[in-house]
Amino acid sequence: MADNTLKLEVITPEQVALRDESTSVVVPGVDGELGIWPNHAPLLAGLKPGVITYKTASGTQKLVVSGGFIEISNNVISVIAPAAEKASDIDFARAEAAKKRAEERLAQKSADIDVARAQAALARAKARLSVR
Amino acid sequence: MASGKEIKRRIRSVQSTGKITKAMKLVSASKLRRAQGSVVSARPYKDKLKEVLSRLVASAGASVSDPLLEVREVKRVGYVVFASNKGLAGGYNANIMKEALAQVKATVEQGYEVGIVAVGKKPRDFFQKRGYTIDEEFLAVNDIPSAADADAITKMIKTAYVTGKYDEVRIVYAEFRSAMSQIPKTVKVLPIETPESETADGLDYIFEPSPDIVLSQILPLYLANQVFSALTEAKAGEHGARMTAMSAASDNAAALVARLDLEYNRARQAAITNEITEICAGANALNG
Repeated sequence: MADNTLKLEVITPEQVALRDESTSVVVPGVDGELGIWPNHAPLLAGLKPGVITYKTASGTQKLVVSGGFIEISNNVISVIAPAAEKASDIDFARAEAAKKRAEERLAQKSADIDVARAQAALARAKARLSVR
Repeated sequence: MASGKEIKRRIRSVQSTGKITKAMKLVSASKLRRAQGSVVSARPYKDKLKEVLSRLVASAGASVSDPLLEVREVKRVGYVVFASNKGLAGGYNANIMKEALAQVKATVEQGYEVGIVAVGKKPRDFFQKRGYTIDEEFLAVNDIPSAADADAITKMIKTAYVTGKYDEVRIVYAEFRSAMSQIPKTVKVLPIETPESETADGLDYIFEPSPDIVLSQILPLYLANQVFSALTEAKAGEHGARMTAMSAASDNAAALVARLDLEYNRARQAAITNEITEICAGANALNG
C-alpha cells in the first residue's frame, strides 16, 4: 500500500485542516481539474474556489477550498488555501444566502460595487453548494 | 501621622484596586494562552508559504514578474503601526511608538513622504497628537485575530501600493518572544522581497498553468500572511505585556496593603498608649 499512497495535507492560515494518506486526489486547478496520483513529479499549481476530492482507505472524501495553490514534492501534496472546509462542516443555509447576496450585487451593476470581489464570493458559495 | 480612619480608607481603596488588577491579569493570561495557541497553529502555513515561494523563485528564476514585486522609485512610504486599543500594558505601546516614530522620522529625513496606517487606538492618537495625518485606521481587531481582521488591512495596503499611493509599505509591530519580552520590529512588506531558498534541493517544478499565474496566486497569500502573523504576534504580545504589568500591579497593591496595615496598627497602638498616659496622668493628679 505504501507505494500507492501519497500524503495529503491541507494548510490554512489558522490551522492544519487535514493530514491524511490518499490514493488519488483531484483538485480544482485554475484551468480545470487536475488529477494527482502517487509519486507525481514536483508541481506547483494555482487553484480556484472549488472541491478537492480525495480517496482514502475509508472511501471518497470531499473538501471545499476557497482558492490558493498546491505544491507537490516528495510524494506529499500540500494544499495551501486561505480557507478549507470538510463537506460535513459546511453551513449550506449560509452558503445559499451568500450566493444570493453575491448574485444580487452583480445584478445591480452599479459602479460602487467591487465586481471582482462579488464574483469571488459567488464562486466560493457555488463551490460550497456543489458538495451538498 | 495619619489618623486610623484615613489609613483604613486608604487600605480599602488599595485593596479594591488590587482586585481589579488581579482580575485583569487573569483575563489577560487566558487571552494570552489562546493567542499563543493561534500563533503556534499559524506556523505551518507561514513556513510552507515561505518555503514554496523561495523554491518557486529559485526554480523559475528571474523570469517571473508581478505588480507586488515591482520595485519603484520611492516617493511615499506607508507605515502600518500595530499596537493596542487599550493601555495598562506596561511599556508595550510606548516601545512600539518609540520604534515607529524613530523610523518615520528617519524616513522623512531621507526626503520621503510618509503615510501612517494605525491598527489600534493608541498609535492613532499618538501620531495624531504629533501632527501626522492618519491615512487609515483599523480599530475593531479581535483579541484573538482572525484571518478576516488581517484581510481588511492587507486589502487596504495592497490597493494603496498598486495604485501608487505608497511606493513602499513597512509594518511596525512587536515580535512576541515571551509574556515578559516583546521586541519592536520594522519589516518591509511591499514590494515583496522573496525569501532566499534555504534548501538547495533543486526540485524542478512543473508549473500549472504558468509560473506567473502561480506566483500571482501565492504572492497575495504571502502578503496576507505577513500581515496576519504580525497581527497575531502583536496581540499575543499585548496580552502578555498586560498580564505582566497587571501581575506587578497586584504585587505592589499587596505590598502597599501590608505596609498600610502596619502603619494602621502603629497608629492604633500610639492612640492607646496616649490614652493610658492621659488616664495615668489624671489619676496621679487626683492622688497627688
